[in-house]
Amino acid sequence: MVELTLPKNSKITKGKTWPKPEGTKNLREFKVYRWSPDDGANPRLDTFYVDLDDCGPMVLDALLWIKNKVDATLTLRRSCREGICGSCAMNIDGTNTLACTKGMDDIDGAVKIYPLPHMPVVKDLVPDLSLFYAQHRYIEPWLKTVSPEPAKEWRQSHEDRAKLDGLYECILCACCSTACPSYWWNGERYLGPAALLQAYRWIADSRDETRGERLDGLEDPFRLYRCHTIMNCTQTCPKGLNPAKAIAEIKQLMVERQM
Amino acid sequence: MRTTLGRVRGLGTVQKGTGHFWLQRLTAVANIPLFIFFIFFLVSNIGASHAEITAAFANPLVAALFALMALSGLVHMRIGMQVIIEDYVHSEGPKIVLLMLNIFFAVAMGALLLFSILKLGFGG
Repeated sequence: MVELTLPKNSKITKGKTWPKPEGTKNLREFKVYRWSPDDGANPRLDTFYVDLDDCGPMVLDALLWIKNKVDATLTLRRSCREGICGSCAMNIDGTNTLACTKGMDDIDGAVKIYPLPHMPVVKDLVPDLSLFYAQHRYIEPWLKTVSPEPAKEWRQSHEDRAKLDGLYECILCACCSTACPSYWWNGERYLGPAALLQAYRWIADSRDETRGERLDGLEDPFRLYRCHTIMNCTQTCPKGLNPAKAIAEIKQLMVERQM
Repeated sequence: MRTTLGRVRGLGTVQKGTGHFWLQRLTAVANIPLFIFFIFFLVSNIGASHAEITAAFANPLVAALFALMALSGLVHMRIGMQVIIEDYVHSEGPKIVLLMLNIFFAVAMGALLLFSILKLGFGG
């Protein structure tokens, strides 16, 4: 059955409140999920106070400030700090988003930060995304052709190229898939919005010659049709993309090829 | 121990799903006029006697619309319930039992409704 409550060893306990930095009144409270595989303890919610006079405006700035100045063991992924690598995806103020593009000003009260929901946690804010990446691998995200290779490049009109706008920008941060209740309940069998958006990115590509095979790979009650248009994916996408629409386009093609 | 890709590939794609998807939408569209008729019939027959209802069902159009409503509604209900069971029940045993009960329930309701409609239509 679906688990509506957290298992015993995942229940979050009250954590440590770290001391406030001295000599400043411009503070912001952060409540951060902490869990380590090493101590066998339950996860906890630590409280930190960040000196805003000494810190950049984004949530990632604050997390790095905490890591540098308060607790070096705080574990998180980050790389580009400008919303293009997708590494720092986490649940901030109740919504999955990128810590590097989420401004602290957009949040009222204490900033609550958890790892992406319903994924195994490696440590603190780092989720295990290996299944998510395998789902992306499954849809074969590369150009597949049967015709002999042209002497130069595969050609594409401007109009056909424009059809990939809103699809190619996906950075695989996993915010959408881990916001989807259907993916929470059936993540082993449902591919999830991110992989399906990527699948449609290749189905929609005028240069690809294997649209039928690609659709065959999705023709399944679980792989594709667990999408119940809940729309959390579209609401949460930090890049402003619309995975729900891409999934609807796939379903439309599925019907179209049977009519 | 399976690789993550092995887990995703699982038992393969069953090449089904679009039929259900289409049937769910088809019956949804059909249910709109059929249920409007049903509600209209109910409201306009409040307080009617058994004889008056029997007379109304003697009209083939009324009986046919009721039969179609029963079929379309039950098919829609069965598919919807199946999706809910598949979403939330993950143990294979209970899932199979519930999926069977879902079909039995829809078929039994269909048989009852159709027989009742025919009975009324033929003057019962």
